[in-house]
Amino acid sequence: MSEVRYTDQHEWIRLEGEEATVGITKYAAESLGDVVFVELPASGKAVTAGGEAAVVESVKAASDIYAPAGGTVTSANSALEKEPSKVNEDPEGEGWFFKLKLSDKSEFAKLMDKDAYAKFVDSL
Amino acid sequence: MRYLPLTPDDRRAMLARIGAPDVDALFRDVPKSALTSLSTFDLPDTQGELEVERHMSKLAAKNIAAGAAPFFCGAGAYKHHVPSAVDHLIQRSEFLTSYTPYQPEIAQGTLQYLFEFQTQVALLTGMEVANASLYDGSTATAEAVLMAQRVTKRGKAILSGGLHPHYAETVETVAGLFGPMQRTAVMPGSAEDIIALIDEDTSCVVVQSPDVFGLIRNLRPIADAAHAKGALLIAVVTEIVSLGLLEPPGAQGADIVAAEGQSIGNGLNFGGPYVGLFATREKFLRQMPGRLCGETVDVEGRRGYVLTLSTREQHIRREKATSNICTNSGLCCLAFTIHLSLLGEEGLTRLARINHAKAVALAAKLASLPGVEVLPNAFFNEFTVKLPKPAAPIVEALAASGVIAGVPVSRLLPHDASVQNLLIVAATETNTDDDFDALTAALKGAI
Amino acid sequence: MSMNNQGRPTGAGDPNRRRPIAPGTVTPEELDTISGDRGLDHEEALIFELDHGAVGVDLPDMEVGDDRLGGMRRTARIGLPGLSEPEVIRHYVRLSRKNYAIDSGLYPLGSCTMKHNPRLNEKMARLPGFGDLHPLAPASTTQGALELISQLMNWLTTLTGMPAVAMSPKAGAHGELCGLLAIRAAIAARGEDRKRVLVPESAHGTNPATAAFAGFTVDEVPAKPNGHVDAEALKAKLGPDVAAIMLTNPNTCGLFEGEIIDIAKAVHEAGAYFYCDGANFNAIAGKVRPGDLGIDAMHINLHKTFSTPHGGGGPGAGPVVLSARLAAYAPIPLLVADGKGLRLIEDMAAAPDGAKPFGRMCAFHGQMGMFSRALTYMLSHGRDGVRQASEDAVLSANYILASLKDVMSAPFGEGPCMHEALFDDSFLEGTGVTTLDFAKAMIDEGYHPMTMYFPLVVHGAMLIEPTESESKESLDRFIHVLHTLAEEALAKNVARFAGAPHLAPRRRLDETAAARKPVLRWKPDTLKQAAE
Repeated sequence: MSEVRYTDQHEWIRLEGEEATVGITKYAAESLGDVVFVELPASGKAVTAGGEAAVVESVKAASDIYAPAGGTVTSANSALEKEPSKVNEDPEGEGWFFKLKLSDKSEFAKLMDKDAYAKFVDSL
Repeated sequence: MRYLPLTPDDRRAMLARIGAPDVDALFRDVPKSALTSLSTFDLPDTQGELEVERHMSKLAAKNIAAGAAPFFCGAGAYKHHVPSAVDHLIQRSEFLTSYTPYQPEIAQGTLQYLFEFQTQVALLTGMEVANASLYDGSTATAEAVLMAQRVTKRGKAILSGGLHPHYAETVETVAGLFGPMQRTAVMPGSAEDIIALIDEDTSCVVVQSPDVFGLIRNLRPIADAAHAKGALLIAVVTEIVSLGLLEPPGAQGADIVAAEGQSIGNGLNFGGPYVGLFATREKFLRQMPGRLCGETVDVEGRRGYVLTLSTREQHIRREKATSNICTNSGLCCLAFTIHLSLLGEEGLTRLARINHAKAVALAAKLASLPGVEVLPNAFFNEFTVKLPKPAAPIVEALAASGVIAGVPVSRLLPHDASVQNLLIVAATETNTDDDFDALTAALKGAI
Repeated sequence: MSMNNQGRPTGAGDPNRRRPIAPGTVTPEELDTISGDRGLDHEEALIFELDHGAVGVDLPDMEVGDDRLGGMRRTARIGLPGLSEPEVIRHYVRLSRKNYAIDSGLYPLGSCTMKHNPRLNEKMARLPGFGDLHPLAPASTTQGALELISQLMNWLTTLTGMPAVAMSPKAGAHGELCGLLAIRAAIAARGEDRKRVLVPESAHGTNPATAAFAGFTVDEVPAKPNGHVDAEALKAKLGPDVAAIMLTNPNTCGLFEGEIIDIAKAVHEAGAYFYCDGANFNAIAGKVRPGDLGIDAMHINLHKTFSTPHGGGGPGAGPVVLSARLAAYAPIPLLVADGKGLRLIEDMAAAPDGAKPFGRMCAFHGQMGMFSRALTYMLSHGRDGVRQASEDAVLSANYILASLKDVMSAPFGEGPCMHEALFDDSFLEGTGVTTLDFAKAMIDEGYHPMTMYFPLVVHGAMLIEPTESESKESLDRFIHVLHTLAEEALAKNVARFAGAPHLAPRRRLDETAAARKPVLRWKPDTLKQAAE
């Protein structure tokens, strides 16, 4: 059974057992515009909560993606190399960025749930 | 003043609309202590075209142009004949006075020639992709080293002793901030054992061919050795016409080519503006500095061109940019592209053959002078001669008698006692047999 | 009399009948040309697609008998196309006609200073005594060129009130790097280690990029709601680890930083240096001397303030004036005068007493071709012309601001601006028109768009810099068009904006596709097939 949480930097993180999957929200994907390139972290890379983990590029901007929680990267979505458009087409599904083994599950629990994130987006 | 269209009446009407009493009211945020009057500036007042032309012509007349005397200087800048069409075309208003093509819909002229330029550079160097130019060959070399440092995540760079000393100094000034720059010992006329110096800390090896002394290098063994240790080979070319006759660096395993394009389309101009060529492998594309022009279509499906992959650049990535570079060499690229279009495959090949043949003929004449030795066994259109006496005073004396004999190596390497008697001599299609006779006779008299 | 049968109608006809709508005739929009070209608008292929093995130069063919190429002779073809001279000229002339240029229309580009490029500059740069001169020719044969550089240096130091200038940087960003490297050297000479550089959030991207390039970390300083840098916040960030601040003055919002002398004092007291981005020098040249404001280094864009042509993106030149604190660290080469004349010091170890050059920015001595043009400009204008040009530049920008702020939103519109006027997109809210759409609609009106989305401190920025080269008639025409466009947007008549431009040689181009699948060169069909 999986749970999804959200950050105020518009990343989502879905926890399934020990492994978490990270991506950007629909709101972020729409704000970015057409994604042209994604720079993904290498497997084994250690990330901290709020630390830079990936970069997403549109034509006119480059945005840092921050790890919602700390841990070690286990894999990255290499399909995005050929098809960065997946981030726009299905940001919360096939457009995932990388998978993470969490070092501290309590960091996950502190994040916003779906309703809280929806409220947050409305306030922007 | 002829360049200022506003009249006093215009200014009055404009101030009235603004609601300001005078133009100084618009400068109200300037601190009082910083306000000036005209007399603050000890400079002349407005002059008409006639006076300005007179002033500038007097300055120009104090110089001896390369075309006004038998001329043999090379060492990074070369005198070639540029067809009249080139200068005529680059002075068209729409090329000369247009801005960077950030609004592609009204800049297809610029963008298309940049696309052609990028293709020409890739073809000449034998590489997969090239950018839309950097400032010149020396800064292109520095950018290449910085790129190699980024790609390999290592700091150390090995600079061949045959690399133009100005280029080496530029690389040291900029890339030296991020890792040790190791210059190998200078050996004019022969290749140093650079392979022995490559290790696991090396980000790149920088080798110029033909080198500053004229020697043609075989890059393949160096490329292989570098790759075996995870390092990159950066090939530097300062005389781009040489690629009309020589094996391109891309076919010898180069990872990055940094070159000076001045020889094609651009005059000597006392050192600038020139045009830096930069080419690399497709896999390093996103680490490449400088502007890139790419092909696309518009909303009506018509082929067109745009600047692309801008997210590498300073105006977007800011402190994470691949470089801080903003301008490219614009008009100098255009001159290069037009000249190369006029030359074509056949023309460039013939041009290169003529240059080499001239240099071979001159080398034979000079080698026959007593006490004079021609150093490199393999060269394109320039070579180093060893004179029996220091070269710099001889060059000065010959200049006074109307022969510009070449570049004394001591000008580039002032602290190396072993190079005092060495002179770098270039011969191009612009040299005649009379030039050769003049140089030979003058040198004979001087030594 | 004899009757002349050759007469044919030459009048334009009845203006009411100029658009034939009678059956059997066609309107321009309906006409499908056979060639694909439309009147004077010619489509033009790539030079590689026009290749037919002709040649555009006549060179004798020399067999290279005695092959001294060391076995490195090329064996494969390069693949360059071959065309004759008439074909090459036609190709590039046709390309040129797809470009907008300052010679053909106003460029309201904030921060770019698109002023007129005087043609005398081109003639002077091409005098053989300048153009056909080798950088390493003996100094005795190049005294006039060295004197030209010396005179230009005098103009630059006099106009800025600074004691020294480094001439070799090849562009503005290159000059920024030169300035920061001099600062780095000065700090090292004091035995200190300072790694932080303060940069306003409104700064041009080259500023933080250059600071990072020079090995510093960048710390952003916020702007105040009135568009000025927050001097208090800046001073609070000063400390023993701050190497320098980088400010633009006038700033990128088009405003003169009135607190600059105060800021400079605080910066110096904290042991740091003041780098000034000189991109906006056109507002104050001949009126205010940056040296009087306390700066330590400033690059001057010769291709902006001093009219050297933009050439479709370059070449530029970015000499850097230096204060007494930094003068010693100027890079080689250094220009000195001795008993025999002028010469260049190209060797770090041979630098005169007190000089400690930090290194070399590039081969040879700088952009001589731009020096000759800039000096010609300065001699033509004189000190009075330079001062008048700055005043006219500021006057014209304020004229535009005053004329448009009733319909367009100017975030700092209460007070005067300097040489550029800043608008944002609040006036477009709710109209369905974005800054981008507005700018592209200007293209249909025959104008190059203004600088868009810069500076980043306002939303949907539109930065307009007319320069002193526009007549009042030209400004009035421009104002009328922009005013009407703004009215149209406010009235929600969005048809002209959506999908603009409609009338340019190309309509909007797919920049997403260009970035996702980059095609950066032409490939012959064989290579293309192999790749697929």
